[in-house]
Amino acid sequence: MAGRNTDSDGDDASGGPGYQTPGYRPIVHGAGLCLALIAAWLLFSGYFQPLLLGLGAASVIFCLWIAMRMDLLDHEGVPLQITWSALLYMPWLFLEIIKANIDVAKHVLAPTLRIAPSLFDAPISQKTDLGQTLYANSITLTPGTVSVDLEPGVIRVHALHPGAASGVLEGEMDKRVTAVEGDV
Amino acid sequence: MVLDVLSWVLLLAGAAFVVIGAFGMWRLPDFYTRLHPAGLTDTMGAGLILLGLLLQSEAGLVAIKLLIIAVFLLFTSPTTGHATARAALAAGLRPWQAKENRKEQGET
Repeated sequence: MAGRNTDSDGDDASGGPGYQTPGYRPIVHGAGLCLALIAAWLLFSGYFQPLLLGLGAASVIFCLWIAMRMDLLDHEGVPLQITWSALLYMPWLFLEIIKANIDVAKHVLAPTLRIAPSLFDAPISQKTDLGQTLYANSITLTPGTVSVDLEPGVIRVHALHPGAASGVLEGEMDKRVTAVEGDV
Repeated sequence: MVLDVLSWVLLLAGAAFVVIGAFGMWRLPDFYTRLHPAGLTDTMGAGLILLGLLLQSEAGLVAIKLLIIAVFLLFTSPTTGHATARAALAAGLRPWQAKENRKEQGET
């Protein structure tokens, strides 16, 4: 992303796996979280009396304080950087979910059960914990494939039949998730 | 009127996916394969039912709450699916294999 500090050479040297310092901008992420919390309170409550708005303000401040104490105000706790690209990714993911649903429903309803489940490892190209989580969740969300284990650079997947397995191995979803992840 | 018909179609289609998912969980042979039809229930099943309810609700806070339920499901259902599958693997449960695959099974 433009204007982002990119000298992240010290990625793994500076902390545990997936730890990165350049995404740490507590003011920006704190403001983002604050807006999200205010919107959530107003949408969930729907009441606008001073008492309830006051309780809402107190809750938002309390949540922000906890998030600050827990060191959550970074690119991972408040992933502002992927908001727009994630919105673009979702229609594609929904289409894949629908296709996979119909496919698995067909297999379940077929007169003779023709499944050949497999457990295999597939390479992943996401660098951040957030990107890897997004990819693993996307795999699990599409019926026919479930992510079973995640190790650095590799994801272990259980697939219902070879068609679903080759869908993961082709790496289309992997590429798209990495694009969402961007250059955090 | 049109909205009512459309919402009924969505609700019934969602219910159908829930039933197919339940049927699949009964029909498939082992824990890991059963995870896949369980996915039907909480993706298309829940999704279509929420969409059908969305058409029944007036635009406003109720609609937004339904959408937010969908978003929560989008995060929680794969997380629990992954957690249960991983726990099963860690506990040493071996996946069921189709007959023709059993002989050549040397790799995981």
